[in-house]
Amino acid sequence: MSIIRSAIAAAALSSALILAVGTADAATSGTPVRVGSTLALTGPLASTALVHQIVGEIYVDQLNRGNGLLGRPVEWIVKDDQSKPELARTLYEQLITVDKVDLLMGPYATGAILSAMGVAQRYNKLLIHHTFGIPSLAKYDAQFPTWSLGADPATTFPNTVFDALAATTKPPKTIAIVTSKFPSVNFMSLGAREVAKKRGLQEVLFLEWEFGNREFGPIAARIKDANPDLLWVGAIGLEGNQLLDAAKKIDYAPKFHFYMYPAPGPMVQAPEAKNALAATIFEEHPPFLNNPGAAEFVKAFRERATKAALPYTGVETQAAASFSAWQVLEAAVNATRSLDDKVLAEWLRKNRVDTIQGKLRFDGPSNYGDDLMRVKQVQNGRWVTVWPKEAAAPGATLVGP
Amino acid sequence: MPSATLIAQSVLSGIFVGALYAVLGLGLTLSWGILRQINLAYFALTFLGAYLCYQLAAGGMDPLATLLVIVPAFFGVGMAIQWVFARFRVSPFNSLLVTFGLTVIVESVIQWIWTADFRRLESSYGDVRFRLAGLYFPLPELLTLALAVALSLALWAVLRFTDLGRGLRAAAEDGSIASAFGVNQRVNALVLSGVCAALSGVAGVCLALSYTLAPAQIYGWIGVVFAAVMLGGVGRPLGPLIAGIVIGVSEALTMALTAPSWAPLVSFALLIVVLLLRPGRE
Repeated sequence: MSIIRSAIAAAALSSALILAVGTADAATSGTPVRVGSTLALTGPLASTALVHQIVGEIYVDQLNRGNGLLGRPVEWIVKDDQSKPELARTLYEQLITVDKVDLLMGPYATGAILSAMGVAQRYNKLLIHHTFGIPSLAKYDAQFPTWSLGADPATTFPNTVFDALAATTKPPKTIAIVTSKFPSVNFMSLGAREVAKKRGLQEVLFLEWEFGNREFGPIAARIKDANPDLLWVGAIGLEGNQLLDAAKKIDYAPKFHFYMYPAPGPMVQAPEAKNALAATIFEEHPPFLNNPGAAEFVKAFRERATKAALPYTGVETQAAASFSAWQVLEAAVNATRSLDDKVLAEWLRKNRVDTIQGKLRFDGPSNYGDDLMRVKQVQNGRWVTVWPKEAAAPGATLVGP
Repeated sequence: MPSATLIAQSVLSGIFVGALYAVLGLGLTLSWGILRQINLAYFALTFLGAYLCYQLAAGGMDPLATLLVIVPAFFGVGMAIQWVFARFRVSPFNSLLVTFGLTVIVESVIQWIWTADFRRLESSYGDVRFRLAGLYFPLPELLTLALAVALSLALWAVLRFTDLGRGLRAAAEDGSIASAFGVNQRVNALVLSGVCAALSGVAGVCLALSYTLAPAQIYGWIGVVFAAVMLGGVGRPLGPLIAGIVIGVSEALTMALTAPSWAPLVSFALLIVVLLLRPGRE
């Protein structure tokens, strides 16, 4: 069935499958530098992959308006992996052996990145990627993450969240941890469970559901019954909204509530998500907007996202990690004046790169650097960073129940 | 120990989601049992109906009033599908393949028009809920339940008590004999196919009232609705309602009393048990 689906999808979406982005500008000359990647342009991950597509297009256009890479124009070849890691593997193989791209850029989501990593390793190619959720699985020494999770986010990030809550006037004493079994959020929730125990938070409920679960009514009813001070939701995508919808239907509003990786648009727009907390690496306010290139990127993204009819046109974690990946690639090429994967990887291991989310380093375990994840909150219908203080929006503090 | 309110509220959730399985499965069961077509395109039409409802409601139309547009339009689509199937004599197995292809195409069209991003219908219905004996009854779910019961009973009555229904059942049993008795199979099939597609439109409106939409979610419903259709007995209009509620309540109780991650096993475990106990059942 999946073969048939793939064949028909290929026919129906042939124009969307391979996009060549980038046109030569007066400032660039010579044969284009070809950068190859896949994105989940169709399938269950397509809603987020669209963000990465827009960011890539913005960056490549920006490069081509300037000096390109090494004075040559840049051509981005992006193929549709249909949200399937096994297809991503085949397509990366194709990009290297058939399309003969000069450089690779990572796909969207942990599974596909892991597939691409295997191929990159086989051909000794550099792989910069933006959305890998489980650092301990990144074993290849020429892979470089730009989603600044740190090497042990399952410990460091829950501590950041609990620090933020501990600084409020009424810190939570009890916690309910409910989580999807989607790997990159599940391991964070299990980490939060351990950290909460060590910090003396009393666990009143722990539940897991399969990714793709549609019915959240009974889960919401169990949370209401447990009545925790803090609800930690290991949610990815729409799951956070689905749980809040179900809670609203039984007239339940959680006190403190945290969502790991929610779909940013639907959550910020839902009235029941008032004061919801989530993880972020970038939001559209200072101090992030003070980073070089950030304000211009936010403006460009808003324009393109509006044109592409995206319901949410703001820049947050996904777009920022994606933009950072291109920044890291450009920085390495410019610094080394080379397209050699080995030379680029060597340079990245030894140097820090300025990105819109801050300075990234790649000299820790699995080439991870600092955990730059912050805590954001829905306040007055927009996301604002509230913790740590140095990353908080001007005047913003964490609002309690 | 879970409270009585928790269990009762969970059962209620199960009934509501079971009603949605029923509305989603009605077209499939009738098409499969009577027209001998396993029409997966109804899932895609359901989502197309949901997106149309979202779009029309965003333009100021009442979500329920969108049925006045969606139902007749989808009736026409259903008739067109049947005309093509009859013209090219598509076999039951091929109908599965062809309608799967249609589903992928419709998904692509939805993504092309509305993008892959999430869409949420905001309506006043979503904020209305009733409270009775400590239990909550959300209006969108109540509407879905009411539509599921009304449509299932109406279709059951039509098939049982009208000439059209008798003709359809006779044709499903033995087409040649039915024709010999004057049953116009071609017209009946066109009407039934139109009705099945229109039912998908109704399911789409129900879906839009309660769920946030994304094109790829089409495939997330196929397994459980198939289970409800098969458990309820193919071709029986009351089947998806009864089986849907059984599955929905079982899933909900599993979530309320044990680990929610076990819930997806319930529908297929029930299906396997029924097939083992009654292997001849279609």
